[in-house]
Amino acid sequence: MVETIYTDLLCLGAGLAGERVAIEAAGAGFDVICLSIVHSKRSHSSAAQGGMQAALGNSVMGEGDSPDIHFQDTVKGSDWGCDQEVARIFVDTAPIVMRELAYWGVPWNRVVGGKGSYYKGGQKFEKVEDAAKEGLITSRNFGGTAKWRTCYTSDGTGHAVLYTMDNRATQMGVKVHDRIEAIAMIHDGETCQGVVARCLRTGKLRVYLAKATLVATGGYGRIYKNTTNAVICEGGGQSIALDTGLVPLGNMEAIQFHPTGIVPTDILVTEGCRGDGGTLLDKNEDRFMPQYEPEKAELASRDVVSRRMIEHIRKGFGVKNSYGDDNLWLDIRHLGEAHIRTKLREVDEICQNFLGIDPLHQLIPVRPTHHYSMGGVRTNKDGAAYGLKGLFAAGEAACWDLHGFNRLGGNSLAETVVAGKIIGGKVVEYLKGASATFNTAIVDGFIKKEQARISALIHGSGKENVFELRTMMQDALMAGVGIFRNEKDLEKAVRTIQEVQERAKNIGLKSNGLGANPELGLALKLPGMVRLAQCVAYGALQRRESRGCHAREDYPARNDRDWLTRTLATWDEGADLPTLNYEAATPTFELPPGERGYGGGKIISADESEA
Amino acid sequence: MDRMLTIHVFRYNPQDPDSTPHMQSYYIDETESMTLFIVLNRIREEQDPSLQFDFCCRAGICGQCAMVINGRPNLACKTKTKDLPSQITLLPLPFFKLIGDLSVDTGTWFREMNTRVESWIHTQKEFDPAAEEERMDNDTAEKIYELDRCVECGCCLAACGTARMREDFLGAAALNRIARFVLDPRDQRQEKDFFEIIGNDQGIFGCMGLLGCEDVCPKNLPLQDQLGYLRRKMGIYALKNLRSTKKTC
Repeated sequence: MVETIYTDLLCLGAGLAGERVAIEAAGAGFDVICLSIVHSKRSHSSAAQGGMQAALGNSVMGEGDSPDIHFQDTVKGSDWGCDQEVARIFVDTAPIVMRELAYWGVPWNRVVGGKGSYYKGGQKFEKVEDAAKEGLITSRNFGGTAKWRTCYTSDGTGHAVLYTMDNRATQMGVKVHDRIEAIAMIHDGETCQGVVARCLRTGKLRVYLAKATLVATGGYGRIYKNTTNAVICEGGGQSIALDTGLVPLGNMEAIQFHPTGIVPTDILVTEGCRGDGGTLLDKNEDRFMPQYEPEKAELASRDVVSRRMIEHIRKGFGVKNSYGDDNLWLDIRHLGEAHIRTKLREVDEICQNFLGIDPLHQLIPVRPTHHYSMGGVRTNKDGAAYGLKGLFAAGEAACWDLHGFNRLGGNSLAETVVAGKIIGGKVVEYLKGASATFNTAIVDGFIKKEQARISALIHGSGKENVFELRTMMQDALMAGVGIFRNEKDLEKAVRTIQEVQERAKNIGLKSNGLGANPELGLALKLPGMVRLAQCVAYGALQRRESRGCHAREDYPARNDRDWLTRTLATWDEGADLPTLNYEAATPTFELPPGERGYGGGKIISADESEA
Repeated sequence: MDRMLTIHVFRYNPQDPDSTPHMQSYYIDETESMTLFIVLNRIREEQDPSLQFDFCCRAGICGQCAMVINGRPNLACKTKTKDLPSQITLLPLPFFKLIGDLSVDTGTWFREMNTRVESWIHTQKEFDPAAEEERMDNDTAEKIYELDRCVECGCCLAACGTARMREDFLGAAALNRIARFVLDPRDQRQEKDFFEIIGNDQGIFGCMGLLGCEDVCPKNLPLQDQLGYLRRKMGIYALKNLRSTKKTC
């Protein structure tokens, strides 16, 4: 007997996006359950440090800012890969959402009127904050932006906002079922009806049936070996959506590498370090970014800075470290004690705890590392997934698509709450008109399938080691689908992942699989992770251009003639590769394709005829 | 870096009828910059895939991996082996319900705590999307954030003498949360509202002042100051209230 729980809205994930949607639905009187594999306050949103972009324009360096300028920065940042309708909705709504968060209790840093100083490129400058703006939400500088636009709470913005959001959700009566992991999506071919889930306390299966289901499970960074992502970011939501064979994932090849992961653990130190005036140095302790990016320097977009860092390392300017690798230095020493210990205290703690260094006196060893998934469950501008009714997605798990091929720092944390509010409203509209009929035979079919998988893993004759297969997949992506990509390496990655997929059919457990057994947990997830990895690798192989983070050495130009498109990947049962389709990147062009103003790439214009 | 570490781990899987609580030892060669995150994952992958433990951010941010390390509650992810002797004993956090091995259920406890202390802004004001945000002094925002940095890891409760004796004790995490809302000008609750929640032995008057919480807090929250502040504030409120009650008799 499998326990069955019914609700109006089922949110997979209780991070910022999931809870923000949940709050909207609970506020409209609907019954809402969020499933989370960890205590909701530990969701990976909590690890976001830097801040949220919103054009409030309160700080003097943000003066004259507007949603229009935010829009332009976002579209340029995306290398024209984003959906411009979505970007417009986002930039217009973001300021309201920041104020709403203030009303709910987020301790945003505020404008302090009068004279102050700031650093840019290692140089100290004076600024005078408008006394009339004293006490309003202030902002800091981030990469790829024309204005200081990133609202922040020290460098614990994600933590502060998630705590406020989770408390608000509790107040609104949102139920969080934690340590529950969705392992299959229940649907009848047309409508999503909920999930089969595994309890991570007891190992028992459970069924959740719902009128509407939201995927808000965050990113899938753990398909890579080295990533800033938490260990829970395994793409659970995207994976069960893909398994329906009906729901496409958008732009899975669009993977962001963040310039400043620390060595060797790949823990993130925020872009705020550079936004606040920190610099990147090479082995000679020379600042090198201005020679590549004279205007933006360290504050070009993340894809560009990461590429320039690798370029500089390839020229021999990297610092050899004891991990058989090269790194560069992040220098924040000049920002001073007061600033580091208050505005960058998480960075300070990370440096002390994991590197054993004091960033006030020492350089921080950094290298570009996997950080963010622009791709995910493809939705329309209302957050409704393609392919199944009653299915929605929001936040990093979704491809809404605000970010295209490169998201700006501060735009994803803002996306979680802005999209959450907007999509929450759309989910409420859907729920008001929805009634659901559940076919128990279909539900039983999904349960039996999962029971059979579990039984085969525990009692079957499989011999493959799940940890070894995971490593093989992770290494294949690291080697072939990194910052710079080419056909030969991508083909190799695709083949290796196909091999992992085949071998994953014969996983056998070494332990007994009883209760909340972690080996069984991974064994249930790995085949889905491998399919996501293949969507990334195969999508990257097929995209024969360079756009944003997708840098093909063999196709170095951005090709607006042939590739101003979004990849849509679906997976047919039993297939060994995804089926790829393409749609136009954006239904309308408020900002026609042009130069980004940094990065220096070549562009094949949409008007150029075939060579 | 040529030490062989011996890791003694508490083992018990309540879901396995054949499992009984016991200690199990694992041997692992120490490597550079090794943390308990690396140690435990290597043990799981190389020696014993049934071993249950919890990590999430592995960066000291999320509070998921608290356990008792050589007798002291701490976050395992930021604990470096070079700071420990070669014999390392790992136990699950006491006070919280055991899930298995080193994994405990902090989520259920903290969600109940947040409900009990009503861990949100109480205000009669409505949100006006067209209006400028209410202003706040930056120093006040920073003071609130200082207390908002709690990661709900549970170390303070694991190290608390009162929590050992009474299951319903709110502990430093909840009292610190109250202190955070006392500071916040947006929260319109009055002293009497806070007194109703913590003016008792489950709350501030249950604290014996042993301050194990302050000693072990991995985020170095100023818990001693908050406990002292609340005890004084609630004590004065109780005394005043006692007098005014007498007058009306």
